[in-house]
This record gives sequence, structure tokens and C-alpha cells, in this order.
Amino acid sequence: MNEIKFTEENLKKLEEAKSRYPNTHAALMPALWIAQEQFGWLSEDVMRYVGNILNIPYEHVLGVAEFYTMYNKKPVGTYHLQVCTNISCMLCGGYDVLDYISNKLNIKPGETTSDGKFTLSEVECLGSCGTAPMMQVNNYYEENLTKEKIDQLLEKLSNS
Amino acid sequence: MENFEPVILKNIPDLHKLDVYLKHGGYSALEKSLKMKPEGIIEEVKKSGLRGRGGACFPTGLKWSFMPQKTDKPKYLCCNGDESEPASFKDREIFEKNPHQFIEGTLIAAYAMGVKIAYVYIRGEYYRWIELLQKAIDDAYSKGFIGKNILGSDYSVDIYIHRGAGAYICGEETALLNSIEGKRGIPRFKPPFPANYGLWGCPTTINNIETLANIPEIINKGGEWFSKIGEPKHPGTLLYGLSGHINKPGIYELPSGTLLTDLIYKYGGGVKDNKPIKMIIPGGSSMPPLRGDEIEGLKMDNENLKSVNSYIGTAGIVVMNEDTDVVKVIKRITKFYYHESCGQCTPCREGCGWMLKILERIDNGLATSKDIELLNDVANNIEGNTICAFGDAAAWPVKWAIKKFLPEFEKKVKNEINLPIANSVHSLRVTYKV
Repeated sequence: MNEIKFTEENLKKLEEAKSRYPNTHAALMPALWIAQEQFGWLSEDVMRYVGNILNIPYEHVLGVAEFYTMYNKKPVGTYHLQVCTNISCMLCGGYDVLDYISNKLNIKPGETTSDGKFTLSEVECLGSCGTAPMMQVNNYYEENLTKEKIDQLLEKLSNS
Repeated sequence: MENFEPVILKNIPDLHKLDVYLKHGGYSALEKSLKMKPEGIIEEVKKSGLRGRGGACFPTGLKWSFMPQKTDKPKYLCCNGDESEPASFKDREIFEKNPHQFIEGTLIAAYAMGVKIAYVYIRGEYYRWIELLQKAIDDAYSKGFIGKNILGSDYSVDIYIHRGAGAYICGEETALLNSIEGKRGIPRFKPPFPANYGLWGCPTTINNIETLANIPEIINKGGEWFSKIGEPKHPGTLLYGLSGHINKPGIYELPSGTLLTDLIYKYGGGVKDNKPIKMIIPGGSSMPPLRGDEIEGLKMDNENLKSVNSYIGTAGIVVMNEDTDVVKVIKRITKFYYHESCGQCTPCREGCGWMLKILERIDNGLATSKDIELLNDVANNIEGNTICAFGDAAAWPVKWAIKKFLPEFEKKVKNEINLPIANSVHSLRVTYKV
């Protein structure tokens, strides 16, 4: 296994994040974002590493990582499909989207495909109620979803 | 209303670009403000009657005046763009279409309160909008609107974005402070209020993004001009968000007090498939829902909504047609609160779980009429018994849905099971498999 260490570029990013706050403790959330970007998810070793460089106890790092849903505490696939099923999306077919993708990829929400390409999650409101139903694929939104749109998107992502 | 001019989402192409914004008088309010006395700015905002757009509708000028004038501690401004309330999606529209007006408003607010650092808290999911706002902030830095000695004055200020990571509760102002400090987003007990003891124990003010975006126009055109838009008790425009069973969903900027029926039928293009309305949520999922027969002649502002026992919240309106299953909707909303409760106060942490269990029982046809009473009882025991307003937000939709849509619940429950021996505990128990 590779040694857990931020890249030079990420160390610079961390220094910049630290400069925005009066103490290093406050840089924890940005640091966890940088870590998630580099390592994909936050394993115990990653959290310990982040705690060490910011001088924060591992227990506190774990507490923060567990509190916020967007920090991945388990490995996720290359593409993280996060389908909103909250009220506005539900009224416009959010659960249909979730079921459709679930059947198509043959995984349940919370699972990852065997090739490690896709992870499917059911998530709470993503603030895209006017363009429901929708989902978030990694960092970006896919809005006004239809079956055709989902088919096209999944095909594009499978081939990439 | 025909010749109404939007205050924030103006009809100008490419307004998000700095040069276009400058061409249309951008940052002139900042220039004007820097020549004014800070107290003068606060007075002007007070005169405008601007009330916070985050849901609590607190008068903004008054909030600003709570910041101590003389203090040796640094002061902070936090701009709340957590926007996690289901059915609310207005702030991203500002980041996308008019970010500089928000930045300008933030700078004026910071100057009026003597703040040197402003944090913009944006929910982690809004990656694209964080990028957009960061670009706007970088542009403003490069032109000297933010940074050291802005516009040649002796006033310096920095604006930083703090990215959230998926926690609804961080929209609560004191939870937001904890989140910026790098802690779990758990609300703090008030008092002490943030104006005295906020970020790192220093005086802090928290304002919603939309609130701050109104400030430049108030400074340019005067508080009196602003106070005459819409309803006098809740003046200005609101960014109404329409979603659910509606033909043209989206954000509509209109004066406060716009008729709900106008919003739905005139601007929103009417209900999908022309069906009658069964239920409406007027201001985000936390607000007590309305029945379809309550909306005639109803004006959308906080004072008028009180007449039907609801509030304006974030003005996120969800329209539901007659085919909607009220119990399923309330169950989904409760599931959200169950997931998002921070777990600090027992009534909320446990109560949300119990409400969800009872609602599941009702929805699965396994409940008795006693369960509706029990559900109401649990909701009443959450409301008002928690540190922050989350408990109320979780309890209101349930409690008011039972009040307003009782037949919908009764339809799904069996009659009371009469045991040979009256026992209120056992009579509630129904064996079923989940």
C-alpha cells in the first residue's frame, strides 16, 4: 500500500486553507475535502494523517467526518450517483429514477457495482427542486432526468 | 405589478460577469457606503424594513445594530448559503446570475459592522456554484473591491468561502458557526447570542445570501424606496421557488404579498394536468402545509400567512395535486428530519425516529386510530423542547398535516382494537413485519 501523504500541490492547498482561519483547527473541513479528493474516501489511516498534520486528535476528526454525509467513510465507485428523493423530486418521480438506475445497474442504493465504476445512493434534497427529478454525479448535477437521459448518461460514463 | 423591476435577478444578460455588472452601476453602492458613516448605513437598512430571508424574518438593520461598537475582538460576518431546506433553491440562482450584487452587499454589511473577515458558507453539494462564486470573488479581488484598502479607503476586508459537507442543520446559525470552526455542526445554546459570542467567541452576524443581495439597491435607492415594494410589514421582493406538480417550476422574483394563486396560475403556468390542488407547502418543508381550499386570495408574506397558521420560511412553494398521498409526503419529510437531526436534544433525536415509525405503520395500513393521537403527541413533545428550531421544523408538518388532513390519515388506519382488558399500552401494539 502506498504511503498516505498529501501531494505537494495539496499541501499548498492546505496551507492556503489554513491562512483563511485564525487557527488550524478550523482548516479541518477543507483538509478533509482535500483528502477525499486525493484518496477517494476517508479511511482510518487518512483521518489519522489529517489529524496529525493539523494537530487534532483522531477522535475529533472521526467525529467530524461521521457527522457530515458528504465525507465518504466507505470506498465509492468512480462515479457516485446520488439520487434525490426528497419531496419535490419524489412528486416528480425521484423514486422512479432511483429504481430505474438500481435495476439497470443491478445494485441497491448504498451499493457499488462489481467493476467499481458506479455507486448508487439515495440522498436528501440537493436544492434543485425546480429541475426535478435530478441526481448528482460526483461533483455536478444532472437535472430534469428522463429514462432516455439516464440511459445516455450511464452509457457515456460506462464507456469513459 | 406589470412594470415591476426585479431587485436581484435582473433581466440583464451576462450580469454575472464583472464588466457587465460594472456597466450597470455595479459597486457604486459600495463606493457610496464607504463615504457614509457605518451607523448611517444601518439606519438606512432599518428604514428599508428589510427582514431576513432565511426563514425567521428577523429585521436585518436591527440585527446589525446588535454588533458591539467598541470591542477589542475581531468581528465576523457569516453569509448563510447552506440552503438545505427541501423545496428551497433560491441562493444558487443568485450565485449563478448576480453574484457580484451579493458580494457588494456583503462588503457593505461588513463595513457597516466593522467586520474584517466574511465567510460565505455554501453547502458542499453546490460544487458548481462554489466555483462560480469563487470566480466572482477572485475577479472582485483583482479589481480592488475586496482586499486591502478597498477603493482607496482605509478599510480592508476579506471574503472566504467555507464549503459545507452535507448537513441540513448547518443552516441553523449557531451550527454554522461550529461548522466553520471545524467541529460537528451542532447548534449552540442561546444566549449568548452570536452578536456577542459567535465565531471563536467573537462578535458575529449571520445573514442569508438573499438578504445581503438586497443591500446594494437599498443603499443606492434609499431605504424608503425599498420599504414601498410589496407588503409594508414584510417589504421587498422575494425569490419564490415553485416546485412539485407545477407546469413551470423555477425561481420567480416578485414583490412580497403576491397572491399565491397568481404565483401558481399566472407565473407557474398552473398545476400539472390541470388537476385541483390538494396540498401546498408555502415556504420549505418545515412550514405547516395548507389545504387547497385555503389559498384563494392568500398573500405570500409572513404576516398574511400567519392567518392560515403558516409562515413564509424560505418561500419555497411545493404544489401537490389531488392524487397526492398526504401520508406518504409527510412520511418522506419526516424521514428527512430523522436523517438530519444532529442528535443533541433527546426530544428531536428520538422523536423524529418515533414519528417516522408511526407514519410507516400508518402508511402500511398497520396502525390503529390511537396511532394518530400518538403521532400528534410525539410531535407536540418535540415542538419547543429543543435547543434550536429544528425540532419545531420537524414537528410542524406532522402536527399541521394531522390537523388539516385528518381524513387522509383516518383512511389508512384500522379502528381501535378493543382488548378484553383496557390497557392503553398493549392496545397500541400491532405485530407486523417491516
